[in-house]
Amino acid sequence: MEKMSRVTTALGGGVLTGRTMHCHLDAPANAISVCRDAAQVVVAGRSIFKIYAIEEEQFVEKLNLRVGRKPSLNLSCADVVWHQMDENLLATAATNGVVVTWNLGRPSRNKQDQLFTEHKRTVNKVCFHPTEAHVLLSGSQDGFMKCFDLRRKDSVSTFSGQSESVRDVQFSIRDYFTFASTFENGNVQLWDIRRPDRCERMFTAHNGPVFCCDWHPEDRGWLATGGRDKMVKVWDMTTHRAKEMHCVQTIASVARVKWRPECRHHLATCSMMVDHNIYVWDVRRPFVPAAMFEEHRDVTTGIAWRHPHDPSFLLSGSKDSSLCQHLFRDASQPVERANPEGLCYGLFGDLAFAAKESLVAAESGRKPYTGDRRHPIFFKRKLDPAEPFAGLASSALSVFETEPGGGAMRWFVDTAERYALAGRPLAELCDHNAKVARELGRDQVAQTWTMLRTIYCSPGLLPTANLSHSMGKGGSCGLQLMNSFNLKDMAPGLGSETRLDRSKGDARSDTVLLDSSATLITNEDNEETEGSDVPADYLLGDVEGEDDELYLLDPEHTHPEEPECVLPQEAFPLRHEIVDTPPGPEHLQDKADSPHVSGSEADVASLAPVDSSFSLLSVSHALYDSRLPPDFFSMLVRDMLHFYAEQGDVQMAVSVLIVLGERVRKDIDEQTQEHWYTSYIDLLQRFRLWNVSNEVVKLSTSRAVSCLNQASTTLHVNCSHCKRPMSSRGWVCDRCHRCASMCAVCHHVVKGLFVWCQGCSHGGHLQHIMKWLEGSSHCPAGCGHLCEYS
Amino acid sequence: MAEGENEVRWDGLCSRDSTTRETALENIRQTILRKTEYLRSVKETPHRPSDRLSNTESSDGLNKLLAHLLMLSKRCPFKDVREKSEFILKSIQELGIRIPRPLGQGPSRFIPEKEILQVGSEDAQMHALFADSFAALGRLDNITLVMVFHPQYLESFLKTQHYLLQMDGPLPLHYRHYIGIMAAARHQCSYLVNLHVNDFLHVGGDPKWLNGLENAPQKLQNLGELNKVLAHRPWLITKEHIEGLLKAEEHSWSLAELVHAVVLLTHYHSLASFTFGCGISPEIHCDGGHTFRPPSVSNYCICDITNGNHTVDEMQVNSTENVSVSDSFFEVEALMEKMRQLQECRDEEEASQEEMASRFEIEKRESMFVFSSDDEEVTPARDVSRHFEDPSYGYKDFSRHGMHVPTFRVQDYCWEDHGYSLVNRLYPDVGQLIDEKFHIAYNLTYNTMAMHKDVDTSMLRRAIWNYIHCMFGIRYDDYDYGEINQLLDRSFKVYIKTVVCTPEKVTKRMYDSFWRQFKHSEKVHVNLLLIEARMQAELLYALRAITRYMT
Repeated sequence: MEKMSRVTTALGGGVLTGRTMHCHLDAPANAISVCRDAAQVVVAGRSIFKIYAIEEEQFVEKLNLRVGRKPSLNLSCADVVWHQMDENLLATAATNGVVVTWNLGRPSRNKQDQLFTEHKRTVNKVCFHPTEAHVLLSGSQDGFMKCFDLRRKDSVSTFSGQSESVRDVQFSIRDYFTFASTFENGNVQLWDIRRPDRCERMFTAHNGPVFCCDWHPEDRGWLATGGRDKMVKVWDMTTHRAKEMHCVQTIASVARVKWRPECRHHLATCSMMVDHNIYVWDVRRPFVPAAMFEEHRDVTTGIAWRHPHDPSFLLSGSKDSSLCQHLFRDASQPVERANPEGLCYGLFGDLAFAAKESLVAAESGRKPYTGDRRHPIFFKRKLDPAEPFAGLASSALSVFETEPGGGAMRWFVDTAERYALAGRPLAELCDHNAKVARELGRDQVAQTWTMLRTIYCSPGLLPTANLSHSMGKGGSCGLQLMNSFNLKDMAPGLGSETRLDRSKGDARSDTVLLDSSATLITNEDNEETEGSDVPADYLLGDVEGEDDELYLLDPEHTHPEEPECVLPQEAFPLRHEIVDTPPGPEHLQDKADSPHVSGSEADVASLAPVDSSFSLLSVSHALYDSRLPPDFFSMLVRDMLHFYAEQGDVQMAVSVLIVLGERVRKDIDEQTQEHWYTSYIDLLQRFRLWNVSNEVVKLSTSRAVSCLNQASTTLHVNCSHCKRPMSSRGWVCDRCHRCASMCAVCHHVVKGLFVWCQGCSHGGHLQHIMKWLEGSSHCPAGCGHLCEYS
Repeated sequence: MAEGENEVRWDGLCSRDSTTRETALENIRQTILRKTEYLRSVKETPHRPSDRLSNTESSDGLNKLLAHLLMLSKRCPFKDVREKSEFILKSIQELGIRIPRPLGQGPSRFIPEKEILQVGSEDAQMHALFADSFAALGRLDNITLVMVFHPQYLESFLKTQHYLLQMDGPLPLHYRHYIGIMAAARHQCSYLVNLHVNDFLHVGGDPKWLNGLENAPQKLQNLGELNKVLAHRPWLITKEHIEGLLKAEEHSWSLAELVHAVVLLTHYHSLASFTFGCGISPEIHCDGGHTFRPPSVSNYCICDITNGNHTVDEMQVNSTENVSVSDSFFEVEALMEKMRQLQECRDEEEASQEEMASRFEIEKRESMFVFSSDDEEVTPARDVSRHFEDPSYGYKDFSRHGMHVPTFRVQDYCWEDHGYSLVNRLYPDVGQLIDEKFHIAYNLTYNTMAMHKDVDTSMLRRAIWNYIHCMFGIRYDDYDYGEINQLLDRSFKVYIKTVVCTPEKVTKRMYDSFWRQFKHSEKVHVNLLLIEARMQAELLYALRAITRYMT
């Protein structure tokens, strides 16, 4: 704290020196203001009104302006301001509504100069004109602002805000005639000092009172406002409509805001309640304050930069009866404690992550980043030389996109839109969905649907030929690929063991690979040979491993020489295998355009033997179907659903769940179902498939899910005539006493679906408008608009 | 008889869907019929001593049901329910069962029933309010029926109350009702106590707690002290009170819970003021709201006696009122004239600072002594809160004669800047709701005064508001307290003082004797100002103490 600072920049020859220091006042301060020469500060409060000289090591009391025998309410100051042109001139706003000016040049002990008693309520703020010597502005609780000419005894003009109490008034630094005022109801008004009749511009800046505002010292049109809603907003006033440029969210209501000199984007704020610290924000970085001063023990009530061209000295007064000088280099910097790392997955498979630049730089030399076909969009925050802390917590953001044109999730959207989930017999639903899946190239899913149909619908309906045909195809395909599979798999040198052994071997090697993929999270987008193999093998191994667990007595694998007569029992595990083995259809899709298909090949290959055996079975399946009730399969179906869900294809799990309904629901516990439903609905909503998601919600049987679309069903409407919000009941606007939504065709009130043209805002009953548009394309209301409906 | 089958579910009636209501009513009808049958069969069989107990029990249960039905037939905002309930009652009567009839004269004892809006004749906006209220609470209480004079305020009031009692908040539901009971019992407000005892049990509160505060958890007992001080001498609240609550080891409150509790306490203190200030009658389905006796037997009304409002008393007042009509006419004129004068000559005579300060002190001191001349000992409230025989619940008379109330300067700690932020920080959204309610109450005006229209009443409203704050020692630097003396006459001050400080002592005479020419709706308006100003004053003191604790 003993650090000394010498600033020579832009100080017009003078040098400001000082250190972080504070001095005790006799009473809580309400406001402070600095003299032009940056060497004196005035502190005002309910029972204090003193001038202190700012010396190098300490504050020295220079003058007590609170003189006289009896304490008068005129001295109970809500605000104080020191004239920036005249070193002898001060003005205070008293809580009883009096505006007092003080002339330090008066020879007597009492420096009180003039008394204006025009306001009826507490005066919240006074403000001198930045360049004019005699113009003073005040804003009061009674809703009026008054402009005083100090050469006259009373106000020159009165401005009526037409709304509630005025909380702050500030002359624009650049525009001679303009001032801004803020109000308790959240409005900000812009006035021309020459036109007291009405304001130039008004807009709602905050929700709740706007406690303060400050014009940017350099940028002509920038106005910062702070409100009870805990926000600081920066407005660009040069445009036709006030535009919100920046918004900083603080943790407590904002009592004061002051732009930091010489730092274009910095401003200091303090709070009115609860939070005692002073923050300096970079408005471009609204989440972490650039600096923080924690000296005060009670709320800070006044802040002021010591010199208009020196960004390093901040003065503050507080309710804890102390006056402080803060040195910027002594400020604590929350940024230092920030953790600038983050990771996020995008909807379409993109991955973004941010990390400390140093880390990224070190890592970028590593292999996963180089050989990547999908180059990360890599950018770095540009360092602002004016910003001393820029480097501290800056992080690099990298975005990895999935390959362009891959349309990785297209299948999901298509599937969601085209699946039929209810309203038809089960067989038809299954057929339909199988067809959809096949058209989208998701053969495994299609297969599953077909099989579900086989299981749950009577065998007579099944076009056996079709099934065995498709199976046959799969089989032949598999057989073709068998070679490559074998070659590949034998290579590790596991020898020519049985299939079971192979799968075990796979599982072993998988775990090794798994570990490596876990350490390199971003590996999955790596298209190098090894990378693409990892997920594929993993999936494969997983399935086979599962098989082993579930079907320890699986006769086919362990004893291939088992007599023919047990085939029926074999059939089911085998079928199950088919259902299960496809390692996540999306995976196949993803890799479809990959030049290295080895992974996918391996997948299919592994299926091949099973497929062929199945096609054998399917020939005779009618025999067993008649003997076994569908319940027999429910375990398998359950496992299948779990499998899909774990593969990430929750769509399949939910769709099957809905289509099969009661048949499987009892086998899966409520929580899992609910989990699937919510995940699927969440996905659908991210893809903006609102209709599908609503259908799913409707069809779900889980209570927690089906009540989803019953929440927040309120629709807020404004009256079409007077634009006021309709009180939520009835169809008559209670302000203009007209029915709000009339049908332009039948002239009745529309109580159901209301459709309207966005061009002329006329509309009516859906049916009526549709009918009308068949005959004419003009607006039925007769406004001559050529209506367009989408 | 299985208990479950006879449980009557009223919640179906709160639905906005008429078919749901219909089925719910049908279920109720059948349950009642079953009970009736059972009772009759028991009666017919010769008396068996063992049966008698259960017999009276079930007939009690039936009577409760019938009383509830009676309430529905009068107070349900849905016409179908009103009609059907009446029909059920009639059919029960035909079976030879005695059915109840409402006691008293409408929702308020002070305001003639014909002046108050009848359920069924409300306009669309009010109906929506009623329906909302009914849906939330399953009843339409008398307070609502009186407040509906000012629907704009009522809407905000109901929204706030609903949020405080039923929506997200740090306190469990039964705690909230219990705190409501504690607060209302401070003022011996049997009306609110009864209402919330029902609600408390309904949300699963432990009936044992109702035997007195010492049966409640230690945590709630700790709140008793704050409740007491807050209700009667809020300026004595210090940060030590707050600290005592927050640091009581396993019984300590969290800050958020405390703010919730404080808001509830102040809400119910001021609501008790409203209840007495407007003479709210007991609810039809609560004790004292109905009787099973035929009308001819007696006109005895228990609630009138407990509150010192004998019927004879009322008649006397009525007769005096007729005489003084011409007098009171001049009262209004004089008040208008004073307001005009104040408006005009405000700028001329500039009172000195000392003068202003002393005016506040005078007003504050005087407010101590303003008490109704007929300050006779009110009958010690019997049975007002049968659950609270515990002496610690008894009203401790803080005779404040000659006591010094320190001055609280609103410019240093006001609701808009400080209180709001604190409440909203610790109990989100409630700050906003209360803020809205204060605003509506403070700014509500129809620009009428008695028979005059287009009057700017802001000065009068401000005088009332500031007078109440003045009684609590809250001072506005920018207000000339001389205005209060000009605008508020003695009988009005007596009424204000009584309603705000000792609401249980309000009598119909007091209500009638101020502002005699004004409409009832205007008197209710005054009451709204009173309760909101009181609530704000209590909140300011409590929140300031919390702020001091936090810093």
